[in-house]
Amino acid sequence: MKVIKIDKNSWTKGIDKSREAYKLFGPVKDKTIVIFKELEQGMFPEMEYTDSVLSAKSVIFPQTEKILGGSLDESIEDHHILKRPDTNYSPRAVLGIRPYDAKAIQLVKLNFDTEDYRDPYWCDAYEATTFIGLAINEPSAFDFSTLTDTGPFGEEGLDILLVDCKEEYLAKVLTDKGETFLKASGFEESANTKPSLKTIKALQSKAEKAITSKIDSSKIKDKTILELYEAPFWDDLAFSCINCGTCTYVCPTCWCFDIQDETRGKTCSRFRNWDTCMDPLFTMHGSGHNPRGEKTQRVRQRFMHKLKYFLDKYDKGIMCVGCGRCVKHCPVNIDIREVCNTMNSYEKQE
Amino acid sequence: MDSYTKKIRELASNLLKDNKVDMVIGFNQGTIPMATSPQVARTPEQALEFVWNSNCSINLANYLSNQKGKIGIVAKGCDSRNIVTHIIENKISREQLHIIGVPCTGMLDKVKISSSIDGEILSYSEEGDTITLKTKSSEQNIVKNDFLASNCETCTHRNPVIYDDLVADLVTEQKIDDPFKDVRKIEEMDSDAKWNHFENLLENCIRCYACRNACPLCYCPTCFVDESDPQWVGKGQNNIDVRTFHFLRAYHCAGRCTDCGACEQACPMDIKVRDFTRKLNKDALEIYGWEAGLTLEQRPPLDTFNPEDPDEFIK
Ligand code: SF4
Ligand code: SF4
Ligand code: SF4
Ligand code: SF4
Repeated sequence: MKVIKIDKNSWTKGIDKSREAYKLFGPVKDKTIVIFKELEQGMFPEMEYTDSVLSAKSVIFPQTEKILGGSLDESIEDHHILKRPDTNYSPRAVLGIRPYDAKAIQLVKLNFDTEDYRDPYWCDAYEATTFIGLAINEPSAFDFSTLTDTGPFGEEGLDILLVDCKEEYLAKVLTDKGETFLKASGFEESANTKPSLKTIKALQSKAEKAITSKIDSSKIKDKTILELYEAPFWDDLAFSCINCGTCTYVCPTCWCFDIQDETRGKTCSRFRNWDTCMDPLFTMHGSGHNPRGEKTQRVRQRFMHKLKYFLDKYDKGIMCVGCGRCVKHCPVNIDIREVCNTMNSYEKQE
Repeated sequence: MDSYTKKIRELASNLLKDNKVDMVIGFNQGTIPMATSPQVARTPEQALEFVWNSNCSINLANYLSNQKGKIGIVAKGCDSRNIVTHIIENKISREQLHIIGVPCTGMLDKVKISSSIDGEILSYSEEGDTITLKTKSSEQNIVKNDFLASNCETCTHRNPVIYDDLVADLVTEQKIDDPFKDVRKIEEMDSDAKWNHFENLLENCIRCYACRNACPLCYCPTCFVDESDPQWVGKGQNNIDVRTFHFLRAYHCAGRCTDCGACEQACPMDIKVRDFTRKLNKDALEIYGWEAGLTLEQRPPLDTFNPEDPDEFIK
């Protein structure tokens, strides 16, 4: 394992150098909130943030993405033929992504990159991207990532893990992609590996200990789908929900999308947009029938997908990385930790 | 606020015990600091979970749409005005309701508080006008009135306008010299500045529709943005579509909005969507002398016609 030392005084210079080879994305403070954005010239990632409202999901999976385009003008060749637009897939780097968000991208990958099907838009963007993580020295009260197979220093899905050590960052080089990025930025000063790893380990165990949320999903896999689906608690649990898209849009693991065709003059485009199972439209049939017409059914779907269907289908834990965003931003405080514990401890009464 | 909580629990559990209502809608304590969660109590025991504090900003009238049976509901000033609006719009009848009125002293703006406190807020408590916040390294007291949600700062209807019980004595209403200062500031901009103001305002909107769904006025079975045949508006992040949603949502609330602020409280992106509705509230007041939800006796200006109606604005 190679560890590189980055003096914070040379940070912005290195970032600027990397722009020659990469399009950069990172967390930025925008008015009162932190979100991920493309870092234009002169913009640098906000490295002191605790939680960003939106994750880095959109770097690979934009909220609105044109997937096909064409012309209706019969005088040109190829009219009425939809083609993939010329999207720029030159190298990108996401700076300062949190370990739970990097792990989330690996969960989303299970859906977009399968043995049978490769989603070209998602995969091309993913392959073009280098993920430069920032370990969380002081997890917020919302963070429960240690309970979802990741943790504040988790490495899954990262090419580099940066650890903030006051005057400097220690950069754990995890992949060749990571190595290439560090070279391109001129960050090449090796740190003494053994003591550096020791420093990192100490920060890591301190951070992990700071997470005190309790969530247990261990017993969910042994319950049947119908047992949970028919459980009596869903109505009360769903009462306060206003069925907005907040919890699913802020969630780094939610992958659902909707396809829309639009025309303007003689140009036609096909877009895909994030979608949310909280919206009645999500399951509305052309006939007008809606199999999930009631709020309770939609709330149940969200939690059953994240905590049961996903678990059963992939055997990779739950579809939640413990970032706590949905807990923090739900306007009516529906808390996935509580729902998970309720599902986990539910025993059907005969 | 403990006395409010106690009284709400007492009134609500008695209503259920005496079978006067089938359910009571109120707030339970949330799982995180500065959060409450709207809840329904169907048994007297459940009603003992209700709480009241300065984080009860969600508008409970929103939970009345399409409810059957006899309903008890906890209502601060703005909630009661939206209940009035529900009644005059025939969403629910007065007889179906038992209103537990809460004289309100304002709700807090969470974002304002968290951005002025160093460190993450780990616990919250309030006593009168003093809010005590604990972070990892400190305990800080702040004065409630310095951190009111902006709609509460200019609210002149803190007392419920209709009620069957009161949880405390009525409070003195605020006197606000110039309640629409913020709107006037925007009105006075030239068109470019105005355009930029709204572009900037909506820049981060993710169309999660929390603002719409938190609003008691938005009860249409299918909202125009969700209509697919005909499809009035595109569903992506195109600026024109985002604007169309916001403009039309605001106009659908004209003469109905009580400025309860639930939309802004619900928005995850901290977008000040009341910039739209407040302009229409100001117009309703200046043109028709109308504030929504104050009376059951009068139809709202936009659903009646009167030959004397002012028409300066159509010339
Ligand atoms: S759980 Fe909360 S964030 Fe999610 S749809 Fe319901 S109200 Fe909105
Ligand atoms: S379900 Fe909630 S806590 Fe889990 S990953 Fe999604 S937003 Fe984060
Ligand atoms: S929880 Fe809902 S929006 Fe999220 S991935 Fe599952 S079905 Fe899609
Ligand atoms: S709640 Fe905020 S982000 Fe969501 S649609 Fe409304 S303004 Fe946009």
